[in-house]
Amino acid sequence: MARLNVNPTRMELTKLKKKLVSARRGHKLLKDKRDELMRQFMIMVKENRQLRSEVEAGISEANRYMAVAGSVMQREVLETALMLPKQEVELEVSEKNVMSVEIPVFVPKYRTSDSNDIYSYGMAFTSIDLDGAVSALSEIFPKMIRLAEVEKACQLMADEIEKTRRRVNALEHIMIPDYEETIKYITMKLSENERSTTTSLMKVKDMVLKDSHKYS
Amino acid sequence: MYKAAVIGDTASVSGFAALGLTVFRETEPDKVKRLIAKLAASEFAVIYITEPTAALVSDTISKYRNSQLPAIVLIPAIEGNTGDGMRGVHEAVEKAVGSDILK
Repeated sequence: MARLNVNPTRMELTKLKKKLVSARRGHKLLKDKRDELMRQFMIMVKENRQLRSEVEAGISEANRYMAVAGSVMQREVLETALMLPKQEVELEVSEKNVMSVEIPVFVPKYRTSDSNDIYSYGMAFTSIDLDGAVSALSEIFPKMIRLAEVEKACQLMADEIEKTRRRVNALEHIMIPDYEETIKYITMKLSENERSTTTSLMKVKDMVLKDSHKYS
Repeated sequence: MYKAAVIGDTASVSGFAALGLTVFRETEPDKVKRLIAKLAASEFAVIYITEPTAALVSDTISKYRNSQLPAIVLIPAIEGNTGDGMRGVHEAVEKAVGSDILK
């Protein structure tokens, strides 16, 4: 490990000791944050996977109906039928804070409360398969909204976990060992200085005594 | 109030119009890229995009991966499921954990 480039003085030693204490505390806190984020992330990912397979199955079903509807109806008629929707969806977006990750929360608001308003066309000139496609989509739509929410949360949390993990590793494997080594170095240096002062003092004392009292 | 958009080929996305989502029938990569940028800047919170179309503009989509809004969600197109959407979930796990533990 690399020793930091500092002067071996008592003041630096105190400074470094303080830094080491806060680095250790930061390390512990970040490690806790990482563990908790990971726990929440695993819950989210499980839900994400579940939702995604449900939504994909639902949309595939709607697409099957749509393919049939497209083959029995003229394309123009199909387009016209869906051209002017009666229903309109708006999203109310708020934020939820999970371990300092701001994840969005979507609440859908429909313009009309009548669930039949998804059929924006008369029944006379459209295939029944189109009804099937639209109703399959509308059934899966709440889950699609939830999927968007969960998937975004997973992405944001994955990013935050990665960042936190890097910080934890940097503290654990670089900063804390560096501080410890430098503190050791300064302590050694200081005590070495002290010993050297003591010995030279003893030597001087010897010399002085020898001179004045004619010892030895 | 935010809105939700759907981008993809006509056959795959038409149905969503009935639900009241804003539908864009667009599959040209350059136009889709510009469209996503425009939607992200305006009041669209969720953008659903079909997997084949998303595959053409993956760099634009990954740009919005770590921003809070919009949430870009891959959905299967009418030709069937390519598995790209599920791959996105696995990528997130790999990023967070270091290896894909869901396999």
